[in-house]
Amino acid sequence: MALLKSAFFQLLLFSLLLAAVSKGLLNPYQQLILTYVAINVILATSLNLVNGCCGQFSLGHAGFMAIGAYVSGMLSFYLHPFSGALQFLNFPLYAVAAGAAAGVAGLLVGIPSLRLRGDYLAIVTLGFGEIIRVILLNMESVGGARGLYGIVGPQNLFVGSVVAFFMAGATWTILWRLTQSSYGRAFLSVREDEVASECMGVNTTRTKVFAFVVSSFFAGVGGSLFAHTTNYLNPSSFQFMKSVDVVIMVVLGGMGSMTGAVMAALIVTILPEALRPLQEYTGLDLRMVIYSLCLILLMILRPQGLLGTREWKDLWIWWKQRRRA
Amino acid sequence: MEEFLQHVLNGLNLGAIYALIALGYTMVYGVLQLINFAHAEVYMLGAFSVYYANRLFHFSDHPGWQSFIASLAVAMVVCSLVGLLIERLAYRPLRNAPRLNVLITAIGVSLFLQFSGQALFGADPKLFPEVLRDAQLMRFGEIQLSSFDFTILGVSLAAMAALHFFIQHTKVGMAIRAVRFNQKSAALMGINVNGMISVVFILGSSLAGVGAVLVGLKYPKIDPLMGMLIGLKAFVAAVVGGIGSLPGAVVGGLLMGLCEEMVAGYLSSTYRDALAFGLLIVILVFKPSGIFGKSQVEKV
Repeated sequence: MALLKSAFFQLLLFSLLLAAVSKGLLNPYQQLILTYVAINVILATSLNLVNGCCGQFSLGHAGFMAIGAYVSGMLSFYLHPFSGALQFLNFPLYAVAAGAAAGVAGLLVGIPSLRLRGDYLAIVTLGFGEIIRVILLNMESVGGARGLYGIVGPQNLFVGSVVAFFMAGATWTILWRLTQSSYGRAFLSVREDEVASECMGVNTTRTKVFAFVVSSFFAGVGGSLFAHTTNYLNPSSFQFMKSVDVVIMVVLGGMGSMTGAVMAALIVTILPEALRPLQEYTGLDLRMVIYSLCLILLMILRPQGLLGTREWKDLWIWWKQRRRA
Repeated sequence: MEEFLQHVLNGLNLGAIYALIALGYTMVYGVLQLINFAHAEVYMLGAFSVYYANRLFHFSDHPGWQSFIASLAVAMVVCSLVGLLIERLAYRPLRNAPRLNVLITAIGVSLFLQFSGQALFGADPKLFPEVLRDAQLMRFGEIQLSSFDFTILGVSLAAMAALHFFIQHTKVGMAIRAVRFNQKSAALMGINVNGMISVVFILGSSLAGVGAVLVGLKYPKIDPLMGMLIGLKAFVAAVVGGIGSLPGAVVGGLLMGLCEEMVAGYLSSTYRDALAFGLLIVILVFKPSGIFGKSQVEKV
């Protein structure tokens, strides 16, 4: 019974079920998109910790994702403790290593730059993200501009989606529990008023750096998943626009709402794919035009994002009350 | 030594263009505290407007200063209109919204213009019309002075001087300075705040138009995504100089151009993009409000 109640088992069950359902209902193309949704869920929820919960505007998420992706990709060439049917067990290991590398990078970036505020912080994180990309572009040992080929992936799509869903679920659970803990309260207090929270004994610099490191760790995990899903890495995948995409997910879902981040990741990943038939119909690539127009309209008409700061619990209560009424 | 001077000259040229674009960023930031990401796309549209105007009026058939001035005028008018339109449609409804929302809207507008550009103009690069012929003017040993170098430096300095005169010595300029200082008090003094913000957008965008023509002369390949990197670097230049400060934008732009040219000349040209951001980080870590920025005192 203790096993049944453990979060690990529940997560495993969740990812197995979700992967089985998607295998039963969807074609391989759609299953692959769901894997991308899982990657984006990891990225969006982790950025939400810094941008939404902690109120520090970071624009360099793609850089940490790139570090995770490259570390994971390189590691998979040299290190494979599990082989055969158990090969999928390698991926969580790579992910943890990738996350650790990205976390260290996050620490190095975070300590000097988190002294800055607002737009300046945004620009400095953007700068670090671009620097990481240019360094990767110039590193011949990881392929440079040609990119990194032949990264191993899971043996089949089903196992791949189980791994992806498990990682996304684990990321969400860890981040959710973190926001509900006393650390989470500290994040919120820093977001609401830095001076006041410092007066209440919150070490604001430490809190911010902690949030930043955790966020970079999971960006690295997302990067690792990305590396093993696409099997090919190129520095141009981690441009400034990738960071902007993640920021858009966070803002769309509602800053500070972990549930909203998941919903937004789902929408942002699926919407451009769903608009593909339109491209065939009109002959013009209007997908991104519509996407950006939606973004502008959303900001004007619903500035707080889809959920605001509400979480699934609030939605659940709201739904129960409505049924009772 | 001669090589060094040549690099300095090239760097000043590049820096003058960065400065022109950075001025647009810094002016908008001064009045709205908004990073106008769409500014880079205004610049892109300036280049394309000249390309299409050339199809109609055939400037490049007789290159010379008349065609050059005509294309400058086209780019400036189109850019001002685009800038004005962006401000009216996208930013004005959000005047009282949280700043992050406006920032995301700016990114949205930038994406919208980029991808509409790709859909309308096509994603393939196009050749900017040759509205002015390059000629070698002087030669000191290894240093070559071409007429383009003088044109770029001269025109951008003239544009900056005109802007300086407008901001410092006219009534509208004074009103803009008042709005930048304090919007509420400016409104109480009878200044049309929204009108002044529109003027700022017109000024900044027309400078971007000038920049677009100058870049088009020197690097005649234009495509719908051309604004992204140069816009980012110009913005970084504005931040390095201290965002909101006009002399800061000019100094930041020139500094950025010089450093970039030096890195490209003596180290490796692939690192020139990283340098921009490296410079930014170093300056912001030691002087968080930029070279000319005023540091703000936080009141509890």
